[in-house]
Amino acid sequence: MPNITIPIGPQHPALKEPESFIITLDGERIVDADMRLGYNHRGIEKACESRNYIQSLYLLERVCGICSHTHSTCFIQAVEELAGLEVPPRALAIRTVFAELERIHSHLLWLGVAAHEVGFDTLLMYSWRDRELVMELLASLSGNRVNYGMNKPGGVRRDLTKEQLQEIAKTASALEERTKYYIQVASAETTLIERLSGVGTVSHEDAVRLGATGPTGRASNVDQDTRRDDPYAWYHALDFKVVTDTHNDVYGRTLVRLGELMETYKMLRQLASEMPEGPIFVRAPRRIPAGEAVSRYEAPRGEDIHYVRSNGSDKPERVKVRAPTLANLQAVAKMLEDNNLADAPIVIAAIDPCFSCTDRSILIKDAAGDSSKTVSWGDLRRYSIDWYKKKGLDFSGLRI
Amino acid sequence: MANEEAIKKEISQRFGMAEESIRVARERRVFCEVGYDAFRGFLEHVCKKMGFAILCTITGQDEGETLSFMYHTARSDGTMLNIKTSVLKSDPRIKTVTDLYPVAISYERELVDLLGAAVEGLPPGKRYPLPDGWPEGQYPLRKDWKPDQLGDMAFPIKGA
Repeated sequence: MPNITIPIGPQHPALKEPESFIITLDGERIVDADMRLGYNHRGIEKACESRNYIQSLYLLERVCGICSHTHSTCFIQAVEELAGLEVPPRALAIRTVFAELERIHSHLLWLGVAAHEVGFDTLLMYSWRDRELVMELLASLSGNRVNYGMNKPGGVRRDLTKEQLQEIAKTASALEERTKYYIQVASAETTLIERLSGVGTVSHEDAVRLGATGPTGRASNVDQDTRRDDPYAWYHALDFKVVTDTHNDVYGRTLVRLGELMETYKMLRQLASEMPEGPIFVRAPRRIPAGEAVSRYEAPRGEDIHYVRSNGSDKPERVKVRAPTLANLQAVAKMLEDNNLADAPIVIAAIDPCFSCTDRSILIKDAAGDSSKTVSWGDLRRYSIDWYKKKGLDFSGLRI
Repeated sequence: MANEEAIKKEISQRFGMAEESIRVARERRVFCEVGYDAFRGFLEHVCKKMGFAILCTITGQDEGETLSFMYHTARSDGTMLNIKTSVLKSDPRIKTVTDLYPVAISYERELVDLLGAAVEGLPPGKRYPLPDGWPEGQYPLRKDWKPDQLGDMAFPIKGA
């Protein structure tokens, strides 16, 4: 039987964002995979050249809905280096708090997506329910579930109170208990282990050769983590270990992310109890002296890189962004080879490609009249509980 | 910063470069500039002999008469060596580095689409990141390019 080539995407139920895979099959086995990307290209690098540093900061925060603090911090670190600013320790520590909270919500989101892709929707519901703890915490600290707007040149825009730091430590401990349960599921649930093991394999040598980064590389025992290797923000003061694994497959990528969550909880408790005192920013100039700097940041998905070149004006001469997914794509093509077509969704999802979703309130119009009101997340939740109560199901005792 | 100074010393001695052309910006950040004739040999040396086996990305820039390319290489101790090289904008040919760094394929396709670099030896494949119908000769990251040059390429939104 001749090989068959089938297109998956750019719009396809198995993909969470627009990208196109051209997969060649021999029966059910994938023999070759090609891809077409760029459907989300928005020209942000070019746009930065005609905006000042503050405007660029907010624009770059919107490169990604999930990794928003990632891009904002990565950019501002380069700008601060060019301006020769000494960012106060407390500001660096607050940036690190948000970085790690962002990692939790990203990894729990991934766990749900991965579970869904293999038909384990109970785990999806559990992990996304737990994720609400960190989303609500982020909203209470910054006013937003994503796009926190915490950074400014020279520091951060909001301080954290003692009570907020206690709340961070409390949430970290609550989520730690839940993550222990997920680790138990991942170590004992035979169906899950069998479904993920040996799927989307990429050897250590291939992962190094193809430049795999983040959890994708670390699950193939690539012992690299920018937080340890090229420390930024407040990571030099934290005690944590880099989690690696030797399974080289989707199962290994699951274990690495769960292990990283446990380290993140540890870091957050350290930050909450040892938060440096002092100011949260220093004054920064509007015009940045001419020069160039490269900033690196360990995003939840791998290493994020921003290159910034300044020309002495208030606008950057050049901004270059390398998001981690781009570095992991060569490894994906390798991972897909010799797998079943049915494994393609979980193999692609296992590198955690980026997508964003930020709606948190809706405007409801009264169909009969002109009145309208904004409904908060809490109102929506109460509404759904009442709605189900009328149907005979009482969820009011459920605590998240 | 003994580590960074050792890198500076090795590359300046081996390639006869003036020490001023190598800049240690801070701990773990070294910048240098190499003429395109010597670039390939230089990159091979740092990749294979000095441990800079990671290519983080390539930044292309329009610098007026020339296009410059900065290859951001790194090694596992966290040190980054940023190597800049330039070619004339009127003849923007460079050779692919995918044999040394397979990950470079996406980065080089970006240089082709956004800056109009002619990358020789780039394996065949889909373009990235611009759409298939993008007009020839329009390179958005060139300094003289403005979005209104797209003309008919503007996509009307129905109902707008």
